[in-house]
Amino acid sequence: MRWKMESQRKQYGKALVELGKERGDIVVLDADLSSSTRTADFAAAFPERFFNCGIAEQNMMDTAAGFAASGKTAFVSTFAVFGTGRCYDQIRQSIAYPKLNIKIVASHAGITVGGDGASHQIIEDIALMRVLPNMTVIVPVDSPETYRAVKTIAKTLGPCYVRIGRADVPTITDENAKFDINQAPVMRDGKDVTLIGCGIMVSKCLEAADELSKHGVDARVINLHTIKPMDEKTIVRAARETGCVVTAEEHSVMMGMGSAVAMVLVENFHVPMKRVGIPDVFGESGACDELMEKYGLTVDNIVEAAHDVLKRKK
Amino acid sequence: MEVYDGEFIAELETIARHIRLNSIKMIYKAGSGHPGGSLSCADILAALYFHIMKHDPKRPDWLDRDRFVLSKGHAAPALYAVLAEAGYFPIDELSSLRKMGSRLQGHPCMNKTPGVEMSTGSLGHGLAAGNGMALAAKLDRKLYRIYVLLGDGEMDVGETWEAAMLASHYKLDNVTAYIDRNKLQLDGPTEKIMSLEPLADKWKAFGWHVIEINGHNIQEIIHATNEAKGVKGRPTVVICHTIKGKGVSYMEGSLHFHGKAPNDQEYAQALKELGGAP
Repeated sequence: MRWKMESQRKQYGKALVELGKERGDIVVLDADLSSSTRTADFAAAFPERFFNCGIAEQNMMDTAAGFAASGKTAFVSTFAVFGTGRCYDQIRQSIAYPKLNIKIVASHAGITVGGDGASHQIIEDIALMRVLPNMTVIVPVDSPETYRAVKTIAKTLGPCYVRIGRADVPTITDENAKFDINQAPVMRDGKDVTLIGCGIMVSKCLEAADELSKHGVDARVINLHTIKPMDEKTIVRAARETGCVVTAEEHSVMMGMGSAVAMVLVENFHVPMKRVGIPDVFGESGACDELMEKYGLTVDNIVEAAHDVLKRKK
Repeated sequence: MEVYDGEFIAELETIARHIRLNSIKMIYKAGSGHPGGSLSCADILAALYFHIMKHDPKRPDWLDRDRFVLSKGHAAPALYAVLAEAGYFPIDELSSLRKMGSRLQGHPCMNKTPGVEMSTGSLGHGLAAGNGMALAAKLDRKLYRIYVLLGDGEMDVGETWEAAMLASHYKLDNVTAYIDRNKLQLDGPTEKIMSLEPLADKWKAFGWHVIEINGHNIQEIIHATNEAKGVKGRPTVVICHTIKGKGVSYMEGSLHFHGKAPNDQEYAQALKELGGAP
């Protein structure tokens, strides 16, 4: 592995503590998982502005709404499986609809939760969140980008969902890189095929690009850290310039990032495309690598998909 | 206990009658809405907006105002009626309820209607939202109070009890909840659909100060609220025994008018009983 492995959650905790120092309007809520989500760091530094709601995510979301309606910027954290589906009505009615300034930063998303199994491996949260009007959806690619994303959304009004994982992830961005919600960074330029990834799959796209180059294929890699609003310009330009696209996400292929990209391309610039992601099935217990392999999230899967779209390209 | 003079109480009763009258007019003109639960809470709203709450219709975003959350959002007509009566927007606007482009949505929308503090409609959210406001007030060392009106049907919702636990855990003595205990929900009597009793004991067990009153008696509503203001270290719930459809004879205690507009004949009779012109 050529990259350092680091924790996104640790950077979330660090960013929150800094925000707490910088701004008095920041409050943080958690649902009995603060030591896992790392909001415990904020709780230790600013106990009077931290509110543990117990195992009551619905209640937590509405309580956050009350805070936001009173002028606070509320960060709400729990595991992604509990912070989306379990309290979907609360997010819809009391956060997205009234457009309140609440940042849901959910950890332990995706299949890399590992041993906890399907009950905890949410693979549909991007779908649930991106379909909500007013909601911004961000999947930071690594640990430094998690930090930058959290600092950025704190300055951005409105509801936001940030998806991070449990496992340490490869650090592929520079510490001094910029984070712009409206701009999907091109991580590697190329002219034959575009690989669009989000979260941990971006590093796999970079590895796939290396592999493809051995076969004389020049792949472009895009880090689509913000699923909504999507940087359509960068996506459409890449489709136009490379002529075929592969998406890769640690999420169900049903209505996740790949589907969102497909919709943009179908309406703007139609090219051969393939989505790499978890098929329409639930996960299971296992080690991260085993699960990534079984559910089709490997470098080989991306390479294979690239060859497929290249064949279909005119 | 303070005794309010008859004239003062009569004024508030007149306002409650206006709320009922305008609720019926709005629902009739809209052709849909929830008259039963709007009429049952009219007296509570009159007492809150015309005596209890510190608020300024000219400055809906005044930082130090008391906050009111209508958790039973389907009683929106009654809320709009009292807000208009108080001066948040013109009374004439009430006839736009549920119409395209109106600021008065079928259920309350905080970004559209001046004076609406929280968007509601999906049941069981209001108390938790009120708690968030109350925690924010404590954090900012503000003295404003939070009033939340719940339907008794909302006692079925798990989140109501999550919020009850949180308010008590965080000692939110700046929260006063009123339960519009009209004993009917959409499908039938609350005790038949999902037994709530002993309701007072449940709230006591959750750490709340509990008061039970006749929810159509303005004097009792005010006294209960004054008592709540004096309770330190825990929230207060006022169980307001009410009659669904109160004020219109054929709607009183009727399931039929939970969520249905009156027809022409029924409308004419309701106006007569509430002393209003069309």
